[in-house]
Amino acid sequence: AMDTDLSSQDRKDLDKFIKFFALKTVQVIVQARLGEKICTRSSSSPTGSDWFNLAIKDIPEVTHEAKKALAGQLPAVGRSMCVEISLKTSEGDSMELEIWCLEMNEKCDKEIKVSYTVYNRLSLLLKSLLAITRVTPAYRLSRKQGHEYVILYRIYFGEVQLSGLGEGFQTVRVGTVGTPVGTITLSCAYRINLAFMSTRQFERTPPIMGIIIDHFVDRPYPSSSPMHPCNYRAGEDNGAVYPSVEDSQEVCTTSFSTSPPSQCVFTVTKAHFQTPPPVVTDTLKVPVMGLAFSHQLSSSRLSYQPAALGVGSADMGYPVLFAGGLNAAHPHQLIGPGKEGGVPPVPSQPAHGTQADQERMCTPLDGVHYSAATPSSSEDTETVSNSSEGKCGSPHDLLETIFVRKVGAFVNKPINQVTMANLDIPFAMFAPKNVELEDNDPMVNPPDSPETESPLQGSLHSEGSSGSSTGNTHDDFVMIDFKPAFSKDDILPMDLGTFYREFQNPPQLSSLSIDIGAQSMAEDLDSLPEKLAVHEKNVKEFDAFVETLQ
Amino acid sequence: CPLSTRCCGPPGATPAMNCRAEVLEVSVEARQVEEAMLAVLHTVLLHRSTGKFHYKKEGTYSIGTVGTQDVDCDFIDFAYVRVSSEELDRALRKAVGEFKDALRGSGSDGMGQISLEFYQKKKSRWPFSDECIPWEVWTIKVNVVNLANEQERQICREKVGEKLCEKIINIVEVMNRHEYLPKMPTQSEVDNVFDTSLKDVQPYLYKISYQITDSLGTSVTTTMRRLIKDTLAL
Repeated sequence: AMDTDLSSQDRKDLDKFIKFFALKTVQVIVQARLGEKICTRSSSSPTGSDWFNLAIKDIPEVTHEAKKALAGQLPAVGRSMCVEISLKTSEGDSMELEIWCLEMNEKCDKEIKVSYTVYNRLSLLLKSLLAITRVTPAYRLSRKQGHEYVILYRIYFGEVQLSGLGEGFQTVRVGTVGTPVGTITLSCAYRINLAFMSTRQFERTPPIMGIIIDHFVDRPYPSSSPMHPCNYRAGEDNGAVYPSVEDSQEVCTTSFSTSPPSQCVFTVTKAHFQTPPPVVTDTLKVPVMGLAFSHQLSSSRLSYQPAALGVGSADMGYPVLFAGGLNAAHPHQLIGPGKEGGVPPVPSQPAHGTQADQERMCTPLDGVHYSAATPSSSEDTETVSNSSEGKCGSPHDLLETIFVRKVGAFVNKPINQVTMANLDIPFAMFAPKNVELEDNDPMVNPPDSPETESPLQGSLHSEGSSGSSTGNTHDDFVMIDFKPAFSKDDILPMDLGTFYREFQNPPQLSSLSIDIGAQSMAEDLDSLPEKLAVHEKNVKEFDAFVETLQ
Repeated sequence: CPLSTRCCGPPGATPAMNCRAEVLEVSVEARQVEEAMLAVLHTVLLHRSTGKFHYKKEGTYSIGTVGTQDVDCDFIDFAYVRVSSEELDRALRKAVGEFKDALRGSGSDGMGQISLEFYQKKKSRWPFSDECIPWEVWTIKVNVVNLANEQERQICREKVGEKLCEKIINIVEVMNRHEYLPKMPTQSEVDNVFDTSLKDVQPYLYKISYQITDSLGTSVTTTMRRLIKDTLAL
């Protein structure tokens, strides 16, 4: 009667709710930074596995990382769960963009009903999170990742660290939910100053563990919590699979009562199924060398389709897509379009960019490893270790990971063009371009036009340059995200956009260049008297011909 | 719906007491009206929709699953999340389409507002008809601007995108206040609280209406419609 404290059942339920809320929060945030549109299906019949009545996929690796960071604890006062989102450029510079914080404060709401109101409010909060993750600046950045930068995530537990966000960062509150043991708050602190970073603010970040795309990785060294790519590759189905959320064995089937809430029934059932490993579907694409490569990288995706729990796979909507392209089991090959399931070999040298530096990491971190197949890697590689809880980290299980760094692999522009990315400043690509490039901008300073200009020549090249290298001037306007209408870029490596880019600067026809034109004209003029003499000799024939035409 | 004009009072009437009213304002180009309205309405409905209820014996019920999906705007640098329900999307698009057409019509200088009202039905005894009691009304005031050149349009794309981000944050703030929500209904009452006509999700009962203001700022024009979304089913 005087027991105003939480019943033990309620307490257990509440802890479980908070734990799964934390895991789902991480999933929503990371999935929102993969660079892809997310789509899940509504289902009128509860499948029993959708926490908070929301269809949020569980990427096993992400769950694994979250659980590792939490290490069995729950957010509490002074112990917050943070998801840090950062950006890393192809040159290796990185900066923090956002910190999402799941915190607990001491303000308790003793009256609130756990398995009813708290649960529904947590569901509402996840919906708010879905909405808010699309409106911070990092969302748009993450949708464009792949060419010059990638987005990484890092989960840590403990004190919130906001210092990496730069000055003047802004905060947005996603929401709060009061519980009998404290108030859960979810918020995001985000950097607003994405412009040029002075060297003073720049810092070489410690280790990037895990490979996003094989070109963007630094030599790692031990760190307490590694960064992970948001658009990572799931391992292949023959071994590189993280255990599915072990508690997915323990599903949440909530029944609610419309009578007084004290009659609420909350049942937890053991699922009788197994979550099969992710299946590689045939939406994979081959990263083709050359121009197509960089274009492909942003759109090559491994389609992750766990079989639906208790629902036929035909009912599953499009799950989260994330970057694919590498096959852990075949390190020297890249996954190709799966029509015949073939894995076409890829040439070992990139067509562009400099030679890859190959670096090897010898001291893997505590149990977390990622596959690192690269085209030019000749080292042995390995599959992701299947480190489930309770059996992680024996030394001989730890495998070596290979990191490859390629500089400039995605730079398609001619070498002699000055680009901001080539300047030796961090985050050069974010620098305002109008200042430095103005002198090189032919629109601002058009090249001197030659005195005599054939009209044909002028129409082929709008700049009307006099036979000098014409290729470069157009490259200031290379479109990175060219998406031509009606062209599908997910079947062939070479699509309309790529074709357009490659061939948009055809070389000038030699007959139309003014020098040669002038030359041939002079020749023509010289040969005229000769030709006239010949024609005069044959004048009778010509007259006869004309007669026949009368 | 025969209830439409009788149960809820004249259009544009002030909401009853205890009804939350939220107002958002946006200035957009004509071609951005649809996407901006859909973004706001979908964001509100995302928070105001649950999975389908399945009642079991002993007065308990279970709830279906709500899926979500990202929507990219074509005319605005903006993306939003909506509930995965084609029926709901169609209903909103229909309403927004009518609003957009009305805005374009004569007598309008490009100003209008569209309202999304959540209500509960309260059964009355014969001969009185059922009452519709609104408990939350979202009003979006729209001002259509005309831009002169492509450069201005490009800036407008970005600016409207930023504004919409702010609106989403505002909406989420309101949602987070956890203020009045209708009590979870028994099976016999569910249609008085929720729209159970959709097959995959269950939004609270809602209706969308709009008004076009003329240049004097008064809602003089007679093009006023209501789209009623409730079921008369038993």
